[in-house]
Amino acid sequence: MTTTAVKVRGLAKRYGDVQAVGGIDLDIEPGEVFAILGPNGAGKSTTVEILEGYRRRDAGEVSVLGVDPGRPTRAWRSRVGVVLQTANDMTEATVRETVRHFAGYYPNAEDPDEVIEKVGLTEKAGKRVRELSGGQRRRVDVALGVIGRPELLFLDEPTTGFDPEARRRFWELIQGLAHRGTTIVLTTHYLDEAEALADRVAVIAGGRIVAEGEPATLGGRATAKATVRWAGGSLETDTPTRTVRELSERFDGEIPELTVSRPSLEEVYLRLIGG
Amino acid sequence: MSETLAPSSAAPVPAPAGPPSTIRVGLSRAAFETRMFFREKDAVIFTFSFPIVLLVIFGSIFAQELEGTGLNVSQLYVAGLIGSAAMTGFQNLGIGIAGDRDDGTLKRLAGTPMPPAAYFIGKALNTLLVSAVQVAILLAIGVALFELEPPSAPSDWLTFAWVFVLGVLGSSLLGIAASGLPRSAKSASAVIAMPFVVLQFISGVFIPISQLPEWVIRVASFFPLKWMCQGFRSVFLGDGGATLELAKSYELGRVALILGAWVIGGLLLCLTTFRWKSRRDG
Repeated sequence: MTTTAVKVRGLAKRYGDVQAVGGIDLDIEPGEVFAILGPNGAGKSTTVEILEGYRRRDAGEVSVLGVDPGRPTRAWRSRVGVVLQTANDMTEATVRETVRHFAGYYPNAEDPDEVIEKVGLTEKAGKRVRELSGGQRRRVDVALGVIGRPELLFLDEPTTGFDPEARRRFWELIQGLAHRGTTIVLTTHYLDEAEALADRVAVIAGGRIVAEGEPATLGGRATAKATVRWAGGSLETDTPTRTVRELSERFDGEIPELTVSRPSLEEVYLRLIGG
Repeated sequence: MSETLAPSSAAPVPAPAGPPSTIRVGLSRAAFETRMFFREKDAVIFTFSFPIVLLVIFGSIFAQELEGTGLNVSQLYVAGLIGSAAMTGFQNLGIGIAGDRDDGTLKRLAGTPMPPAAYFIGKALNTLLVSAVQVAILLAIGVALFELEPPSAPSDWLTFAWVFVLGVLGSSLLGIAASGLPRSAKSASAVIAMPFVVLQFISGVFIPISQLPEWVIRVASFFPLKWMCQGFRSVFLGDGGATLELAKSYELGRVALILGAWVIGGLLLCLTTFRWKSRRDG
């Protein structure tokens, strides 16, 4: 399969007087983890909901797994997994009942108990969804998103409201899915999340993509001036290695409190969205 | 772990089987919905006890004879409350689907390959079951406490069956359409309960139809409940009660026609107005 998983050209969407999305191009390759970043109201959710087949577009060409999501078919829905932002449904069913029930929607579903194990809920399988913590609920959402063996999985702000430990564990789950070849499109507000999970990121602001690339090089991050800090001073430089060598000679060995840093993804991001 | 969680170019899955049939998914939805329904214990208790409490209260307050018929007013209430039990679908679906729209159920389902019809099959079967249980309980109480005589003729049971099925379907479809009116799940019970209670008062459930002003009857005649109650009266009050009807007959032909029209009209209304998304969601 050489076709792109997601291909978007000139996507536009307007709500009344507001141009929510104003001409977006995207190419997401099969097997890639792609993160879409952007402030609230930037057009991020609108874009993803158009890709998911929830929303109609005004203009542009969109192909998701070779199908126009503006006309979603049952066969296409079977190949795409969607994990939505918020859901408080099905509170009275148990985890196992829920996953089993959803497995019945798909032509070639995975074994429900195996999926429950993969999302780390085996011990909670007999519990009602109502009794789960927020992080465990999100795991149920992911289980329902992947039960049909999707080729492409959408994750909309999957870890909002998680504590740091739950977030780390959730990342491992997503990394596991990515290793097995599932294409993942992720939206998030957390820059560290994008950095940990994504092969590539796109930053959307004002309905357009303002930057796109690998997290490590986004917005010229890798080649930006580095900042060398030590006890008693700091220096912005294009040649941090030379600075460190000079400092090392000056301090005769160990440089006290030495750090060398490039702009964080967060700093680059805030500059990109004009914050 | 040799198991692949998702197909990839490296490990393709075997050629997919055909999608599960709409009927099968619909039956699975019905089982799932019914299981969830019976787990909400408080809702279950009130759903089933409400018509029983009403029947006991009304049946006990108004126990006098209906002149010249050999019938009792309380028997009139049994027939009327069976009619309103068959219309529970309006309330349950109006509120339930507004909740499904609000809590993300509908949006989640819309993102899966579940055929939309399966959702409605599930709701319809669940409603038929809940209504049937309610009606059975009311019948049992009517027979035990209020001298209701269950009909013996098979033709009466046939009438009972079609009035029940058409009535439940018509009012369920009306409920599905009405579920789009509330702005949120919070307002749903208020928005849906009002028309239901009003319909019960003007359709001959609580107040015998012969005591209602003509314009009220004309309004009621537009909705299914009046006709459902009329059909059930024909089953439980028999020929002796026909003289109490405005037309001096139960007009079963017209009952069938109007309930059938509501099934078709309700279906069209649902197909044209149903929203999978909440208003908040645009």
